[in-house]
Amino acid sequence: MAGPTNYAEQAAELASRPGHSSWSATLVRWLLITISLTFLGALLAAPLAAIFATALEKGWETYVSAFADPDTRAAIRLTLVTAAVVVPLNTVFGITAAWCIAKFEFKGKSFLITLIDLPLAVSPVVSGLIYVLLFGLNGWFGAWLQEHEISIVYALPGIILATMFVTFPYVARELIPLMQQLGNDEEEAAITLGAGGWFTFFRVTLPRIRWGLVYGVILCNARAMGEFGAVSVVSGNVRGLTTTMPLQIENLYNDYNFVGAFAVASMLSLLAVVTLIIKTLVERGTGYRRR
Amino acid sequence: MKNAGRREPNVIPGFGITLGFTTFFLSAIVLIPLAALVLKAAGMDWSRFIDVISSPRALASYRLSFGASLIAAGMNMVFGFALAWTLVRYDFPGRKFVDAIIDMPFALPTAVSGIALATVFAGNGWIGQHLEPLGIKVAYTWIGITVALTLIGMPFVVRTVQPALQEVQRDLEDAAETLGAGRFYVFRRIIVPTVLPALLTGFTLAFARAVGEYGSVIFIAGNLPMETEITPYLIVIKLEEFDYAGAAALGCMMLAISFVMLLAINLLQVWGRKRMMVSR
Repeated sequence: MAGPTNYAEQAAELASRPGHSSWSATLVRWLLITISLTFLGALLAAPLAAIFATALEKGWETYVSAFADPDTRAAIRLTLVTAAVVVPLNTVFGITAAWCIAKFEFKGKSFLITLIDLPLAVSPVVSGLIYVLLFGLNGWFGAWLQEHEISIVYALPGIILATMFVTFPYVARELIPLMQQLGNDEEEAAITLGAGGWFTFFRVTLPRIRWGLVYGVILCNARAMGEFGAVSVVSGNVRGLTTTMPLQIENLYNDYNFVGAFAVASMLSLLAVVTLIIKTLVERGTGYRRR
Repeated sequence: MKNAGRREPNVIPGFGITLGFTTFFLSAIVLIPLAALVLKAAGMDWSRFIDVISSPRALASYRLSFGASLIAAGMNMVFGFALAWTLVRYDFPGRKFVDAIIDMPFALPTAVSGIALATVFAGNGWIGQHLEPLGIKVAYTWIGITVALTLIGMPFVVRTVQPALQEVQRDLEDAAETLGAGRFYVFRRIIVPTVLPALLTGFTLAFARAVGEYGSVIFIAGNLPMETEITPYLIVIKLEEFDYAGAAALGCMMLAISFVMLLAINLLQVWGRKRMMVSR
């Protein structure tokens, strides 16, 4: 598939053609560019700018002091812990699932891919709800869990489970098409020459899928740190204890502490910006682009 | 598919263990919890189930969730197409930057876009203050909900239409124009048919995402029962009232809708691939 760099060449080629320099073509061109950019400006650029403007409206000192709030600090810590557990687990799952789906032929493969993608289609609220129904007080395992004094819902395990559900497909869906496209030839050669399975994975497969892997992991991480709906349902939102960064944004916003809310929001926005920069660099550097 | 014709035994190790691990993990995290939801709702008294999902408040929330999602996906079809067209066909300063930030709604946490939109479109916000004198209230009305749903659906349409637009055969366009076809004729007879499956797929993806969306909506919605209350928010309220069965019933409704949307998306993609093959 043609990479993004081709757009410019195509556009230049188009502009150089006869009949395309008429005034009506120019008019349509500028009209479309204006409409597109206005749409994007109102919907995306203005809100993004508003985040930083509000966070900094009372000055840099107030902005920085927003992060001294103990609840906010606890929220940042909880978000980091959650991502540190969820992202590696989903990465291992993604690699395993991609190996099994891309390297072998078996019945029900496309059904398995659909099931892996399923969490993307489920409302975040439903993603949280299912764990409350399983592990909540009135849930299937609720009584047993209470007897053994294990708390899952309204505690860290529930937050981790809900986040895992929401970010479940991200690594897998990057790697599956990539590994299918690369084929089995090099791995087969390595194995035939006597290399072990792990050696083949680390020395043959991994170097060839590393950009797809980076791509999947950063997307998974961004979603894991930013998940709101599912986590808000399972967390119980106990301040300082089960509040992640997105939930802390909600708390501060509802307290009319706009500087605090937007300060936390600005951190998550920076995370999103960094994610997009890495993604763009990966695409530019390797020509790799998501389907 | 490369190896489809080959019948020699696969020498690559790890089939059993990777398939086993994948199935186990998938069942533990996704399938069993989703089954629990369906079982919970199935265990309810049938008449109670119907009562919950057809209560006036629930019906009003479907109307809002579906209506706003439809309008938002429709807006994205128009503006998303314009954006994709602009990015594929025109060169202008900052084009690469614009192309990169299209994915922002994917990467930006929903709570962040939620409070940001609520601030910008509030009566005293940057955009809201210019719309209010015109009699257009955006924040805390269905319009605000639609705006939020448009934002989160936008990349789906742009990113599905972009590659399809690149596929449009330029020589066909040129030939048509050389033969005297007008610009609008070329657009209608050559470009639209090629892009249509992608456009509809993007529309459905944006719609499916919008129906279940929660975080970016609740801040701008106002959340008044019967008026600005989306279905996912109603589920949260049921849970806060410890009405697990009611929440499960509504959750099942939403899950059923998700399945229908998934099916629609798959069918659209099959149809699109078939059209591609016929046109070649």
